[in-house]
Amino acid sequence: MLLIRCFEETVDELFTTGVVAGTVHTCVGQEAVAVGASSALQKTDVVTSNHRGHGHFIAKGGDIRRMMAEMFGKADGYSGGRGGSQLMADYKLGFMGGNGIVGGSIPLAAGMALRFKQQKKSNIAACFIGDGSVNQGTFHETLNMAALWKLPVLFLCENNLYAMSTPVAEGNANTDFAVRAASYGMPGVSVDGNDFFTVKETIRGYAGLARSGEGPAFIEFKTYRFSGHSRGDQRLYRTREEENTWKKKGPLLRMKKYLIQNDVITEDDDRKIKISVRKKVQEAVKFSKASPYPDKETLLEGVYA
Amino acid sequence: MVSYSEAIRQAMTDCMKQDPDVFLMGEDIGVYGGAFGVSRGMLAQFGPERVINTPLSEGSFVGMAIGAALTGGRPIVEIMFMDFITLAVDQLVNQAAKLHYVYGKQARCPLVIRAVGGAGRNYGPTHSQNLEAWFCHTPGLKVVAPSSVEDAYTMMQEAIYDDNPVIFLEHKLLYPIKEDCILKPGKTKLAGSKRLQKGGDITIVSYSYMTYEARAAVQILQKQGISVDLIDLRTLHPLDETIILESVKNTGKVLIVAEEPRSCGISAEISSRIFEQVYDYIDAPVHRLTLPDVPISASPSLEKAAMPDRAAIVRAVHELCSK
Repeated sequence: MLLIRCFEETVDELFTTGVVAGTVHTCVGQEAVAVGASSALQKTDVVTSNHRGHGHFIAKGGDIRRMMAEMFGKADGYSGGRGGSQLMADYKLGFMGGNGIVGGSIPLAAGMALRFKQQKKSNIAACFIGDGSVNQGTFHETLNMAALWKLPVLFLCENNLYAMSTPVAEGNANTDFAVRAASYGMPGVSVDGNDFFTVKETIRGYAGLARSGEGPAFIEFKTYRFSGHSRGDQRLYRTREEENTWKKKGPLLRMKKYLIQNDVITEDDDRKIKISVRKKVQEAVKFSKASPYPDKETLLEGVYA
Repeated sequence: MVSYSEAIRQAMTDCMKQDPDVFLMGEDIGVYGGAFGVSRGMLAQFGPERVINTPLSEGSFVGMAIGAALTGGRPIVEIMFMDFITLAVDQLVNQAAKLHYVYGKQARCPLVIRAVGGAGRNYGPTHSQNLEAWFCHTPGLKVVAPSSVEDAYTMMQEAIYDDNPVIFLEHKLLYPIKEDCILKPGKTKLAGSKRLQKGGDITIVSYSYMTYEARAAVQILQKQGISVDLIDLRTLHPLDETIILESVKNTGKVLIVAEEPRSCGISAEISSRIFEQVYDYIDAPVHRLTLPDVPISASPSLEKAAMPDRAAIVRAVHELCSK
């Protein structure tokens, strides 16, 4: 979780200061969902992500040097500079890619689950989505088919209260997302997404059901992104007071408190861990700066398999 | 004698027997056998796990097929009427088409989209369109359109074993057409344009049902002493222009026949390539027979007025040859 936080804060700074061009969506404040999920899943399970996917990838084992190089548009990036922040994948790790289209990955994940089912494998697919995507057609269509065919797929919805700038209550006639799952005959629950242990235990339970042929589930995680939607967002749609309230409920603070209270780590350990994480991220930046840009000669390569 | 639709069914059946990764998805493809009966009997043969009858959710079952393809499946998806493919465009254009370019070799998307297109059955504006040009405008997708029974069989097999997303254009008016041919299973690769008849007076380029009309026109023209070099495009994207350019160099005259709205389409693309690359060899302006830029009407008289046919081809050839 610390690694994701540090990676995202560094990325944010690199984009804000113009070191890196383009746009980026960071997940500062939402780390517990990504890490809780990957702790509950098995290595052979697959994950699809969205536009805010760095945390999901890191939690699934992504190499932060190659991720950072992708932000820089460099040849050593996961997609050789072709995808940028939103489109990175490592199929060997079961990280099947981010997505630039909100809701775009929902049927993809269900299709992977369909394949597992056809092959009688016990793997499952986990699909990270945000609160914005529950209003896309693919959400409703796919939940229906996933429930109908009892596919081993989990829909993990990070509700950070804003679809870009639009508050959940302004975009949803009913803000209780879990009932949408019920209308497709699938379990739907809403839990605290800022508590690692809650996330992990909830997902583990439904993952077990999906694995044993009981079908899909929809889980809403209440969370908050501390950062803006993307680079250049001045956060005019919410107050600093609201942000501060949520920051006090942040996943990292809570984890640290838990670890210290239970004598797992000391304040000094915490400092040391932060220093080592920062060093790793700085190394990734250094690696990315040194990496060459992709050769222009390769522009036309790989359009077709 | 085998019909065009039987040939497609046979190709799908042969591939499914050989390869457990191949499966079907689509609306009413189960007991009903698809709106045009192409997959009739396949549910009984292969069971519901491999002949998946879907709800009416094109955007998502196409997306699911892509997800399955990325994890080793070879899905064949039927889009009952090509007009409905609009609902799946995001998945095809933003997902399937870009995955291999962005993610490299790890991402392969061997997917066949069987899109039933074309006018001529009085189905009206939203059940009669050929929308293939949109997909030819999308790098990463392949678009193919067989015009004969033999090609329907061979190209379906090739599309299934191709590791890319392939839009397979089927024309309603071709389904009942029967030919005497031997269907040979095999794993050949999708090939480009094909010369159906050699001739020296004029080149005709066409695809899908328009090639069927062109073949009939060529017979009429032959009796009138005009020899046509007839080229069937087969693969619309990526476009194989070599044989077209060679032919035009030889004949100096070209007629392009395409059942598509006139603007920004395949006929315009071919015309442009001829103009760019063999300008010095053409003796008359490139001539195009297309649909006008107008929706297809349900009324038989208006539909017929929009569609090019063999008579229009014969007339256009006479006009060009008199120049």
